[in-house]
Amino acid sequence: MSGVSQTRIALRNCGVIDPESINDYIATDGYDALAKAIFTLTPDDVVDIVKKSGLRGRGGAGFPTGIKWETAKKSQSDVKYVLCNADEGDPGAFMDRSVLEGDPHSVLEAMALCGYAIGASQGIIYVRAEYPLAVKRLQIAIDQATDLGLLGENILGSSFSFSLRLYFGAGAFVCGEETSLMNSVQGGRGEPRIKPPFPAVAGLWNKPTNINNVETYANIAPIIRNGWEWFRKFGTEKSPGTKVFALAGKVNNVGLVEVPMGTPLRSIIEGIGGGIRNGRRYKAVQTGGPSGGCIPAEHLDTPIDYESLISLGSMMGSGGMIVMDEDDCMVNIAKFYLTFTAEESCGKCTPCRIGNKRLLEILDRITEGEGTDNDLEELDILGNIIKDTALCGLGQSSPNPAISTLRFFRDEYTAHVKDKRCPAGSCKKLIGFKILADKCTGCTVCARNCPANCISGSIKKVHVIDQEKCIKCGACLEKCRFKAIVRG
Amino acid sequence: MAQETAEQRASYPEIDKFYDSLPDKNGALIPVLHKAQEAYGFLSQDVQLYVAHKLGIPASKVYGVATFYSLFNLEKKGSYRVNVCLGTACFVRGSENILNEFEKELGVERSATTKDGLFTIGSIRCVGACGLAPVVMVNDKVYGRVAPEDVKGIVDEYLGKGGE
Ligand SMILES: Cc1cc2nc3c(=O)[nH]c(=O)nc-3n(C[C@H](O)[C@H](O)[C@H](O)COP(=O)(O)O)c2cc1C
Ligand code: FES
Repeated sequence: MSGVSQTRIALRNCGVIDPESINDYIATDGYDALAKAIFTLTPDDVVDIVKKSGLRGRGGAGFPTGIKWETAKKSQSDVKYVLCNADEGDPGAFMDRSVLEGDPHSVLEAMALCGYAIGASQGIIYVRAEYPLAVKRLQIAIDQATDLGLLGENILGSSFSFSLRLYFGAGAFVCGEETSLMNSVQGGRGEPRIKPPFPAVAGLWNKPTNINNVETYANIAPIIRNGWEWFRKFGTEKSPGTKVFALAGKVNNVGLVEVPMGTPLRSIIEGIGGGIRNGRRYKAVQTGGPSGGCIPAEHLDTPIDYESLISLGSMMGSGGMIVMDEDDCMVNIAKFYLTFTAEESCGKCTPCRIGNKRLLEILDRITEGEGTDNDLEELDILGNIIKDTALCGLGQSSPNPAISTLRFFRDEYTAHVKDKRCPAGSCKKLIGFKILADKCTGCTVCARNCPANCISGSIKKVHVIDQEKCIKCGACLEKCRFKAIVRG
Repeated sequence: MAQETAEQRASYPEIDKFYDSLPDKNGALIPVLHKAQEAYGFLSQDVQLYVAHKLGIPASKVYGVATFYSLFNLEKKGSYRVNVCLGTACFVRGSENILNEFEKELGVERSATTKDGLFTIGSIRCVGACGLAPVVMVNDKVYGRVAPEDVKGIVDEYLGKGGE
């Protein structure tokens, strides 16, 4: 595959073992790391190995995992919690789902390791109710591990006890944010709170809590087993290891990929993804979901790591990677994400609740052909104000899709505003269809397929579209076998 | 309306059974609402009042939580819940058109239920099957790579079955 190699650490067992069989997991060195830690390492050793590995959170922000664990370990308390964020809210991403469904024990083992390291005896996995198979397999895994004494009281006969249970989300994107998630586990509305205090100091029920993402945990057991030096062989100095991406959109091969950090975007899209479908031209790749941005062709050689993506106005996020081609309108894509965040804003802080609505209205105007130059200015100014003033990560990043498309695809915005034209031919108010007289054979297929009955013409005569009645659905263009219908 | 009555309180045994079986009652509200919806289809005002009573918390708190999370329904839904994925991968592969097509075919707008109570049209955000985009779910069944032309066939499949 054109020299692009995948390296499987987080996905090492996915598709390889039977996820409903703990024996399969054990046969691939499963729970070795836990046994090794309990019997040969102190909690400090475990924290130290994770710290030296340089592992950074795979749930979005890329915070060093070892430092988080160290803070939670140092916090004094009789009760501490280990949480797993399996809420996977990015609409268009399924990395965590694959780990949960394909290798649930890797998450359980890592959470037990974390419990051992920070001194916690209870863990909770917050999982999306929308993932029924993941839920089922996690429960099977927990039951099996408990039966074998790998979870529960006195694990492997030692004095260490750790129990795990599941908690179901109920469809709120903001619950992926860690403080919202904890409010949700406490049975309330999933609204965030100001940090500090950080969860490692005062988290669930105000007790020190370590929260990590599914994929972060999936890296832990191999690190403990093979050592931090091994882990650092992959990836870059500041972003060691690999990252799983859910490649989707307009590429030929869609699916999960796990590549070393530092791999250029181009290798993923053109190499593993096999380039753009239907011979269309690449326009942008979106990373970071509703918090991220769109990266144009001129930056395709950027290596994937936390810092590079942020410098492009996007972010790593959890690993969604949506490829767009020339038929995708960047203004419309920005509007798509803003519709999402405006809907998902929890409403607690004003910049996010009202600001995102205003941003969305501006984008609406632009896609309807009613935008002005002033709107472009306003988009940028307001977007940055929201980023600076919102309470939680949702609002602090929600303007990114608009700001980044405005930065890299300003000409597309200008075409909408000045020429009242949508270059991608996607904004309905700004497109029209016409029939080319020299190509039309009068076959009547378009007229018969028009849902608005706005195409007239008799057999073997050139047809015409009544622009007043046309609903711009594009059905005629799709059906015409003679390429006689064009946008314009 | 709905001053809770002794009869109402007695009439949700599934909620009782579930709540009473919980070893840890802290943070029980959301699991109880999941259970109530599973057992009774949706969270009617009576169910919400009952849960408030059972958990000893204000009804406003129950309502606040029930309305916060999109998976909780406060109204009865159709026998067949048609959900078109509007996640990003599906969106760029034209799922908006599929949603429009369902609206046209069933003659109701999104988030509404057909008069005969058979279908409710809605949207969801990524079911993790992005490789199959655009994706439609009818109750628990997933349809992948749906084209606008397929919509009528999907509707017919369920029309043939009638209600639940
Ligand atoms: C709006 C919002 C949504 C988030 N959604 C998720 C999510 O779905 N999954 C996740 O693991 N982290 C999500 N995060 C990040 C979490 O707040 C938190 O940083 C993460 O769970 C920490 O784990 P990590 O250090 O292992 O990445 C989200 C953050 C924000 C602000
Ligand atoms: S975006 Fe539709 S399944 Fe992921």
